Amino acid sequence: MASTREIRGRIRSAKNVAKITRAMEMVSASKMRRAQRNVQSTRPYVDHLVAIMSELMERMVGSARRGTLLEARDTVRNVALVLVSPDRGLCGSLVSNQLRHAGRFILDQRQQGRNVEVHAIGRKGRDFMNRYYQNVVSEATHLGDRPELAAMLGVAINVIRGFQEARYDEVYVIYSQFVNTLNQRSVSRKLIPVEPPPASEHHLSVDYTYEPGEEEVLRDLLPRYVEVLLYQAVLENIASEHSARMVAMQNATSNAKDLVRELTLSYNKARQTNITNEVSEIAAGANALVAMQE
Amino acid sequence: MPMHLNIVTAEREVLSEEVDQVNAPTKDGRIGVLPRHTTLLTVLDVGVLDIIKGNQRTEYALSGGFMEVLPDRVTILADTVERADEIDEARAERARQRAEELLQEHRGEQDMALAEAQLRRAMIRLRVAQLRRKGRLD
Repeated sequence: MASTREIRGRIRSAKNVAKITRAMEMVSASKMRRAQRNVQSTRPYVDHLVAIMSELMERMVGSARRGTLLEARDTVRNVALVLVSPDRGLCGSLVSNQLRHAGRFILDQRQQGRNVEVHAIGRKGRDFMNRYYQNVVSEATHLGDRPELAAMLGVAINVIRGFQEARYDEVYVIYSQFVNTLNQRSVSRKLIPVEPPPASEHHLSVDYTYEPGEEEVLRDLLPRYVEVLLYQAVLENIASEHSARMVAMQNATSNAKDLVRELTLSYNKARQTNITNEVSEIAAGANALVAMQE
Repeated sequence: MPMHLNIVTAEREVLSEEVDQVNAPTKDGRIGVLPRHTTLLTVLDVGVLDIIKGNQRTEYALSGGFMEVLPDRVTILADTVERADEIDEARAERARQRAEELLQEHRGEQDMALAEAQLRRAMIRLRVAQLRRKGRLD
């Protein structure tokens, strides 16, 4: 049995761990709330963009889609995957779920005879892809907790240009969807060709004058739509990251506390054993003295 | 009769207030919008956006976007927008230099496009800031 001193040391370190994980839990909880608000604050912009887009789509004939980001190509050979992942770990199974998902996605595409290139947003996904697939062609890392859209514009421009120049036929994004505090799901979405958003009912069909022209407006609108979808994915991934970390740290704190309880128990046992030993030694010594005197 | 102006970016709502006139840089040149303007949807370019309210005039550095005009309401979906008095001139100058250096280095195509956009944005910010310093805006 370990000595009382050793056990005391282990109790102390378990308590320190619990303090740290508890602090991390609280930090993540507040960051998560802020991240959720950030996702919400993109709504006015997105809603408006969508309203204008669906307005335009109604007026356009199908042939006008050719050469825009709406064009669905008959044969798909080259695919780009934007993998959104956290920069940091200690967030439970979030990262491994995402990476497994991404790995499966790549395998699946390859089985269909498609070539996949990865654009990584976030360190975890980039490192994984560099190690196992070596197909990362652009990246954006160290975005922080509230990135601006500009921070991921490089990646966005890259995939949009790639599609326009026919280097890619389809572009997907993988990120963690924020379902609720306890639940995040890694999802893949098709970014390009742009799937027209469902027509919004709140828009009063106004007969706009389009300047320079309808097609030009749509042509300028679509890349922005892709950019902001990607931006939303990144923000939602940040919210997921923080909530996953919060839960992971909650578990870590309660594990540490369980450990402290167990260790305290064995510490007390060890202490009592020591006392019993000492008492019986003294008693034995005393008995021996008495025996000698007799 | 004033009209309602809304400026939103992907990140947040920047402005929501009643104004008398909006002058915006569109792809086809600057246009002025007064209340009861005909409905219009236009693409905005990099440039100075100014907003007139009573005898007060506020200038913003705009890096492109869209403007939707309704008779009583104008909505600007901006890529980025900054108020003239919030622009840090020294920072804008540094950004301009950085963008220029990036362009000189001539790295990947992706970086080039980004650097070019940054350069244009930095220049417009500087212009707005300089206009302000000359007292033209106050």
